[in-house]
Amino acid sequence: MFSFIVKRALSAVPTLLFLIIFSFVLMRLAPGGPFTSEKPLPPQVLANIEAKYGLDQPWLVQIWNYVSGIVTQFDFGPSFRYKDQTVNSILSQGFSVTLVYGFWSFVVAVGVGMPLGIIAAIKHNSWLDYLAVGISIGAQVLPNFVMAPLLVILFTLVLGWLPGGGWNGGQWQYIIMPVIALSTSYMASISRIARSSMLEVLHSNFIRTAKAKGLPMSSIIMKHAIKPALLPVVSYLGPAFVGMITGSVIIDVYFSTGGMGQYFVDAATNRDYSLLMGATIIFGSLTILFNMLADIVYAWLDPKIRLA
Amino acid sequence: MKFTSIFKMASAATIATAMVGGAAYADAMHPVTGEKLAADQTFTYRLLDGIPTLDPQLNEDVSGSDILRDLFEGLTNQDADGNTIPGVAESWEASEGNTVYTFNLRDNAKWSNGDPVTAHDFVYAWRRAADPATASPYSWYIDLMSIKNGSEVLAGDVAPDQLGVEAVDDHTFKVTLSQPLPYFVAMTTHATVFPTHQATIEAHGDQWTRPENMVSNGAYKLTEWVLKERTTRERNEMYWNNDATILDKVVTLVINDENVALTRWRAGELDRTEVPSGQYPRLKEELPDEAHSFPRLCNYYYTFNLSDSGPEAFKDVRVRKALSYAVDRDVIVENVLQGGQFPAYTFTPGATAGFDVPNVDFANMTQAERDAKAKELLAEAGYGADNPLKFDMLYNTSEGHKKIATAIAAMWKQKLGVEAVLANMEWKTFLETRGNQDFQLARGAWCGDYNEASTFLDLVTTPSGYNDGKYSNAEVDKIMADAKTSSDTSAGYTRVEQILADEMPVIPVYHYTGVMMLKKNLKGWPFGNVEQNWYSRNLYKVAE
Repeated sequence: MFSFIVKRALSAVPTLLFLIIFSFVLMRLAPGGPFTSEKPLPPQVLANIEAKYGLDQPWLVQIWNYVSGIVTQFDFGPSFRYKDQTVNSILSQGFSVTLVYGFWSFVVAVGVGMPLGIIAAIKHNSWLDYLAVGISIGAQVLPNFVMAPLLVILFTLVLGWLPGGGWNGGQWQYIIMPVIALSTSYMASISRIARSSMLEVLHSNFIRTAKAKGLPMSSIIMKHAIKPALLPVVSYLGPAFVGMITGSVIIDVYFSTGGMGQYFVDAATNRDYSLLMGATIIFGSLTILFNMLADIVYAWLDPKIRLA
Repeated sequence: MKFTSIFKMASAATIATAMVGGAAYADAMHPVTGEKLAADQTFTYRLLDGIPTLDPQLNEDVSGSDILRDLFEGLTNQDADGNTIPGVAESWEASEGNTVYTFNLRDNAKWSNGDPVTAHDFVYAWRRAADPATASPYSWYIDLMSIKNGSEVLAGDVAPDQLGVEAVDDHTFKVTLSQPLPYFVAMTTHATVFPTHQATIEAHGDQWTRPENMVSNGAYKLTEWVLKERTTRERNEMYWNNDATILDKVVTLVINDENVALTRWRAGELDRTEVPSGQYPRLKEELPDEAHSFPRLCNYYYTFNLSDSGPEAFKDVRVRKALSYAVDRDVIVENVLQGGQFPAYTFTPGATAGFDVPNVDFANMTQAERDAKAKELLAEAGYGADNPLKFDMLYNTSEGHKKIATAIAAMWKQKLGVEAVLANMEWKTFLETRGNQDFQLARGAWCGDYNEASTFLDLVTTPSGYNDGKYSNAEVDKIMADAKTSSDTSAGYTRVEQILADEMPVIPVYHYTGVMMLKKNLKGWPFGNVEQNWYSRNLYKVAE
């Protein structure tokens, strides 16, 4: 197991390096730059600014300075758009928001989706199954950009219970609607995957054997069925978790939470090179990390899989 | 002098406020109007996006300027009608043929940490704005102000301490210009030339604008700044005229989507927000006291590419005129935009100070006459059913721009049989494409940097870096160059607009209005200030 983790961690380095170089080149090929504006800057002013940010250096020097800054000092450089902020401070502000609503969305998606799928499978073709499938299909077809305004109309304008957006240091009233809007479609997917894999397991030979032995249904499910049924769910959870904690531009725009999803998209449109790179690297690292964790959990659940 | 009488009025207001008891507003009355004030004096408004910077010398953002005018105070301010009134400077005089300006600073102005505001703070800030090491995107403003050695400092040819600014003593600030500039004093209301606190900047570097570090001299101080979420500014007890300030706290909330913002305004979370496009008539009918429309110093136009890379057809003035005449501006304004905007026949908005809208011929025709003339001109130029005019029409991706482009293209198709192919591009790609003259007809818009027609008309001069259509006319260039030093400019500006109407290098479409929702208990909004330079300390909330 240990050597597996070391190997995976080492293979992440070239992957990340490739990601950095590839995004750097792609970003620079996009027309316009961070200081292109409706009122173009006089050449002398532009030259002063480019000198300050090192944009007058050759690409190779820029990328070298950039990567070495990250490796030696974990410094992602200054933001080109937000002139009083470093990319580090923006990332920590943005992530402190998305981590909170992403984490709670994950808890809700798993906490509701999993039992819903498992119960539906156990009570196959009963009214409980139909209800669970109905809920998850409903949640799946209702995209969050439709869900978000509906929530605001209900909870803010009609009932007046919750603020219509904002973050305010992460007070609970501000978290509820973003979590509902973000978690529902994940919840639906988890429930569908859990249901179908549970159904498959329940129809397999070893369960039939267990039934033939006369084991009670509850212990069959808890001891024999749950673990294999969770496997497909677990492989879905890794990327889903990254998806949730890196935020969603729709949630950030609609609820004005100030989270990372919005920064990421805006950094691209503003050509804020350093912020865009910083966010890409963090998102990339998280994706690699959680895929690795999912593999480890997978191996723990399924002894047939050997990590080497 | 006008400003002294205004100053007296302001002092009287200060004394009156002091008499009603300063900052406790429960059951208090407004010192001038006598209205009963609300107990909670918090003003909350929407921002489209996070503020890029709160460093006055680095700022280039309109919303940033709104906050900076509260946090800092320059030599002069603007009143509710946009007139220049004293700020830190109590008075000023011009000498040596309007090339030397001496500002007398008030001796009771203080920084939020209690330090006195002196002429040295202005010297420091103005040099800092021009210094290449600061790399301010607005450093050109120093050059625009014609300050002696401004462009040389900017270019790095001379040291920043050679800039034509000087602290004669603690309360006398002297500026030397390279040429007389009639509107120099009015330009000192701009955030780029606000004073900054040297010791704070030197102690904290780039981080000096964090709420825990910032030292400022305005009516408010920064107490909270979460980049894409909110800023909070609260009363600055050290401000010299603090007793006259009524609002205690001003909060901005970042809300990207205008419809979301309107919902939150309706829920009572905001006092001010913008009206989403096309919704003004409905909101005005529903909430007549809270929906407002007022003129702004901005224009919207389409520019022909007249450079060598532009299409041959546009080199013919008859084609340009035909296309401009056939645009029914009333339809665009009344049916597409619906926000009380003004149809534009001149490049400069009519709301610009000192600008008399000239009587250009095509503005006086009816649309039917313009359409007939357009057909005639296009036929003369050799375009018709057998040889249809065809070109690309470029705008940056946005629902609003698309609606306008679609309407204009349909007018041309219907009236003239012209085939305009719509193309849209993401913002920065669009700017680069337009800036490289890689277009045929492109959208443009311009908001004035200051309230004077040259801020618009400089765009159509040959040397302008903003002249994307590469229009060039020697007479226009000469008039605009002369206007810089002349005190009577209106005849020249009229002539330039007439040349533009004759040669039609751009198609003016409309002049902007600001449309916003304002809670009716918030009073004092300066609707008469076309630059919309508002100061929170002039606003107040009345009890409902």
